[in-house]
Amino acid sequence: MITTARAKTIELEELHKTYVTRDDQIVALAGITFSVFSHEFVSVLGPSGCGKTTVLKIIAGLVSASSGNLRVDGTPISGPQRKIGIVFQVPALMRWRTALQNILLPAEILGLDMAAARARALELLRLVGLEEFSSKYPRQLSGGMQQRVAIARALIHDPSILLLDEPFSALDIMTRNQLNVELLRIWSERRKTSLLVTHSIPEAVFLSDRVVVLGQRPAKVLEIVPVTLPRPRAPELRVSPEFMQVVDHIGRRIGLEYV
Amino acid sequence: MIIIPPPFFRALKVAATIIILLLVWEICCRLFKVPNYLIPAPSEIAARFNEKRGLFLGHAWVTMYETVAGFAMAVVVGVIAAALIVIVPAVRDVIMPVLLIAQLVPKVAVAPILLIWFGYDLLPKVVIAFLVAFFPIVVNTASGLAAVERELLELSRSLEATRWQTFWKFRIPTALPELFSGMKIAITLAVIGAVIGEFVGGNKGLGYLILIANQELDTPLAFAALFILSLGGIILYWAIELAEKVCIPWGHDIDHLDIHGIP
Repeated sequence: MITTARAKTIELEELHKTYVTRDDQIVALAGITFSVFSHEFVSVLGPSGCGKTTVLKIIAGLVSASSGNLRVDGTPISGPQRKIGIVFQVPALMRWRTALQNILLPAEILGLDMAAARARALELLRLVGLEEFSSKYPRQLSGGMQQRVAIARALIHDPSILLLDEPFSALDIMTRNQLNVELLRIWSERRKTSLLVTHSIPEAVFLSDRVVVLGQRPAKVLEIVPVTLPRPRAPELRVSPEFMQVVDHIGRRIGLEYV
Repeated sequence: MIIIPPPFFRALKVAATIIILLLVWEICCRLFKVPNYLIPAPSEIAARFNEKRGLFLGHAWVTMYETVAGFAMAVVVGVIAAALIVIVPAVRDVIMPVLLIAQLVPKVAVAPILLIWFGYDLLPKVVIAFLVAFFPIVVNTASGLAAVERELLELSRSLEATRWQTFWKFRIPTALPELFSGMKIAITLAVIGAVIGEFVGGNKGLGYLILIANQELDTPLAFAALFILSLGGIILYWAIELAEKVCIPWGHDIDHLDIHGIP
């Protein structure tokens, strides 16, 4: 589906971030500029420690930028927002709550109508394929299942934006691939504007409409690579020549930066 | 073949160990003709207990009351102090040194002074039990409250949770296992505290009974009081373990499903 003149949901303009410690100044971001359009899936790709998580945390309102502009839906922001849902690198589930209760946590904190939230939570459990595990505690779930619960939790208050901070990096490669397919399915059903931070090139290419490639710290945008591979994307796409071509292109781009 | 369930088997092992120990004790006492004012045989202790059983109930009740009251005070004050230490960093530098000094002063040395302040009745014993039980609760609870996962705190910030919500929904449940391990240490210390108080002054409690029995060289009676004291301590400890199981249903006793590897 092609829409004309799509709205910019997230706009980053010359974002700088310098961390000041007692005896040092670390420049994490040296002018980051890119946008995410509404209902788009964009990945921020870069080597470990390049500052890509900082980009995500600034958008989430958890870290403040040193300078530059950040607009969400056209309004400048400098703090957490309800329209954002976050999935972290670790599941970060409460071990004293069942899967269902974990998903309901944001609804409780935001003071939403709990009866409606409960119905939504059950629906989300079905969406992430865990309807039979609603009353299980996190320790009874595998790592992949825990991360699915975390995704459902991020969606419970029906945010328009989903931020994903290397959500699958702690999982084994098979689980990771499978969750990529799942995430794609969830995204195509819910169409949240999504921003994924990752250091896996195939993951970024498989999921995204565009890939923002960052260089090593201090991070700058090296290139924004459009991924024109057709949707819906099946797992077989990962072994197709067209896919490999994009992966190869980004790989070279990052590789050149390292030299 | 008869299959014995594991919990029953464990209880059987514990019982067997105790019975064998008592038997060895009994045999040694008889074999070497140990005088009963030095070490009385278990049978003599049991006989003496039976003679005086009316006496024990009242004294045991007093000691348990002092212990539980001091322990309860320690839990309430300890949790509040721990919460202040974690939530208000400025308070930490005020509370911690005072706590440490209070902990380092030997309670046995303070007990006579407490008697002067609070009289010879139950109150000074409760206060001593409180003083010895307080420290492990504060230290354990404070480290538990501070142990919330970083990402969970980020989640609470991203949802703009209030301080109160962060405390009740994030910190308290995180701290529960630590609070319980602090309480288990505290309850055993509270028993000791109560007995110290009874040793120093008063006319009630198992500590007092032991003191009197010693003065009269009635060693079987002193031993009987000791057994009752340990029994009371064990029952209190079990009660806390039971409360732990009820309050922490997500803990280690849930059967762990081995489904790792399934995405």
